[in-house]
Amino acid sequence: MVQTVASTKAGALVSTFRDEYTKAFRWMLLARTLDDKFAGLYRAGKIHGGVFLGRGQEALSVSVGLALRKGDVFAPLIRDQAGRLAFGEPILDAVRTYLGSTLGPMRGRDGNIHRGRPREGLLPMISHLGAMIAVVNGILFARRLRNISGVVGAASIGDGGTSTGSFHEAINLAAVEKLPLVLIVANNQYAYSTPTSRQFACRDLVDKAIGYGVDSHTVDGTDLSACLEVVGEAVKCAREGHGPQMVVARLLRLCGHGEHDVADYVDPELKQSPVGRDCLKVAEEHLLQQGWADARTVELWRSEMVQKAEDAVATVQREPVPDPYEEDWRALSSQRLLEAREERPG
Amino acid sequence: MSITYLEAIREAQARALAEDPRVFIYGQDVGAFGGAFKATKNLAEEFPGRVIDSPISEDAIIGLAIGAAIDGMRPIVEMQFADFSAVGFNQVINQAATLYWRTRVPCPITIRLPAGGTSGSGPFHSQNMEAIYAHYPGLVVMTPATVEDAYHMLLEAVAIDDPVIFCEHKYLYYHLKADKLPGDAMPTGKARIAREGRDLTIVAYSAMVHEALAVAEELASEGTEIEVVDLRSVKPLDTDTVMASVARTGRLLCVGEAWPWGGVTAEVMARVAGEGFGLLDAPPQRLNAKDTPVPYHPNLWAAHRPTARSIATAARNVLRL
Ligand SMILES: Cc1ncc(C[n+]2csc(CCOP(=O)(O)OP(=O)(O)O)c2C)c(N)n1
Ligand SMILES: [Mg+2]
Repeated sequence: MVQTVASTKAGALVSTFRDEYTKAFRWMLLARTLDDKFAGLYRAGKIHGGVFLGRGQEALSVSVGLALRKGDVFAPLIRDQAGRLAFGEPILDAVRTYLGSTLGPMRGRDGNIHRGRPREGLLPMISHLGAMIAVVNGILFARRLRNISGVVGAASIGDGGTSTGSFHEAINLAAVEKLPLVLIVANNQYAYSTPTSRQFACRDLVDKAIGYGVDSHTVDGTDLSACLEVVGEAVKCAREGHGPQMVVARLLRLCGHGEHDVADYVDPELKQSPVGRDCLKVAEEHLLQQGWADARTVELWRSEMVQKAEDAVATVQREPVPDPYEEDWRALSSQRLLEAREERPG
Repeated sequence: MSITYLEAIREAQARALAEDPRVFIYGQDVGAFGGAFKATKNLAEEFPGRVIDSPISEDAIIGLAIGAAIDGMRPIVEMQFADFSAVGFNQVINQAATLYWRTRVPCPITIRLPAGGTSGSGPFHSQNMEAIYAHYPGLVVMTPATVEDAYHMLLEAVAIDDPVIFCEHKYLYYHLKADKLPGDAMPTGKARIAREGRDLTIVAYSAMVHEALAVAEELASEGTEIEVVDLRSVKPLDTDTVMASVARTGRLLCVGEAWPWGGVTAEVMARVAGEGFGLLDAPPQRLNAKDTPVPYHPNLWAAHRPTARSIATAARNVLRL
């Protein structure tokens, strides 16, 4: 078992790392800005249904998106705005799905974070926790059957999601089949309102990996350098054929479960502890400290991201929304197998 | 040469594997062992690396099939018994069934469910799950009653771009034989008139078709002509053929081996009553299993599900109404 301990050592290739770090930071900033925009729209009553943010989890998420490359597979969950952007999801996909535009990938049929582009390796999560991991397995399995190697599939899961049967079945199957799966476990201390003490009884979630015969890695999820390094290493191990890798990140959800949730159940001591640090602030301080960017540059980036978010929302707000009379109310792709009664009302 | 329903299922899979490199089979004990019922006998040997044993993880097996389908493959998964698909239910109804509708990416998977009662199998190896799957949009549910259909519909299931629940009846596995593999078949979505008659329509599917045919034979000697409609697939459900038959006979008895609450027989009744009320000379009737789990002991099992005897009684009833 490989136990990679997080270290903030940037390594020899300082300039490459600096570029990577800066790129990651900019995606994080865009993700946070976009999330804030969605939260604002939600409060203004402009979004139907829930809004789920990745606040506090951007460092971990972006590291996944950046470690993957074209041809890889990513199954993000609800707190992965940063990872989605870094993996290549257009900003418009997020806005269109939240606002129900028919030009978006889900066309008003599904909303908010339930979006993706399966053909491009970005899986559209279903709500049922744990269910996406096996689907990633399936794509990796199919590639192997066709003798395509060097592909990695990453799936996100929360501390709560690790308690599902689906999680257990899928990680075990990935281990049995020795698939290049990277499981990213964001232990953000809560599953909705439930603390980890009510979720599992092992010392640390990372210990579960031993039982599955899976390599594991732990990382401080508030530290972007560590996340880039550890997630990068896990993805590399999977790509090189070392089988499934499990990364467990410690961090804190810095928002409600959804925007409807004030989250007054979060232990104030946790908020004050190192696990409660805001990864975006930590990353910004690091950038400034290292002299990789100055305060003015960061400010410019910030307004650039605000502009991007504003532009995307302004564009989408002028786009068509679904019309029940135009909707093709059919769930099968095989037209000839549709029952007559399912056809479009005349 | 003669071929059983079970052998037809094996042959269909062999042909699918031979003709389409995208096909593979994944399931418990399906590899060298050839499956719990031997539906994949020798296939692992004939198609190395493409007929693969899985862990006992129905959720992960079906999830894997969905992922492989997204990636362009045509997986066939075998549930060891239909009953165990309950553990993979979520992947079927929430992942596979919604994928095309949500994303326009089709999900061509075939899930084989060895279904239905056999004597001594008890509550957890006897279930009929067609109604529960048919309830969900985005799935095709096949219920072949003949060797021909077992063969051709399974080939069609693999070719169809949507997820197919293939309910193969375990009682028919060995009981049903044909002379040879059929050359041609009706397409899925069309019901079949298994026997013509003008006095009463019995609508059935899967193993119940044969019970209904036995009843038709028995009542023919009493001068009653029963028309038997084999639905072949319960989703899509061929309402037109059912309605046309009821138009001829004026009477309907719908028989299903599954439980009575809701389900396929209720759906057929609702459609006929709603769209063909004027065609009926008597109130439509239906017959299902009793509303308890499936019992183990043969005495109880035989009384639990509809049989030629209970169907004959029900048929005489409808004829008297
Ligand atoms: C199988 C299943 N059960 C319940 C839910 C409802 N639910 C949605 S998110 C959530 C909490 C998830 O917690 P965790 O896995 O820790 O992820 P986090 O929200 O903390 O990122 C619950 C209970 C669900 N989506 N799926
Ligand atoms: Mg959590």
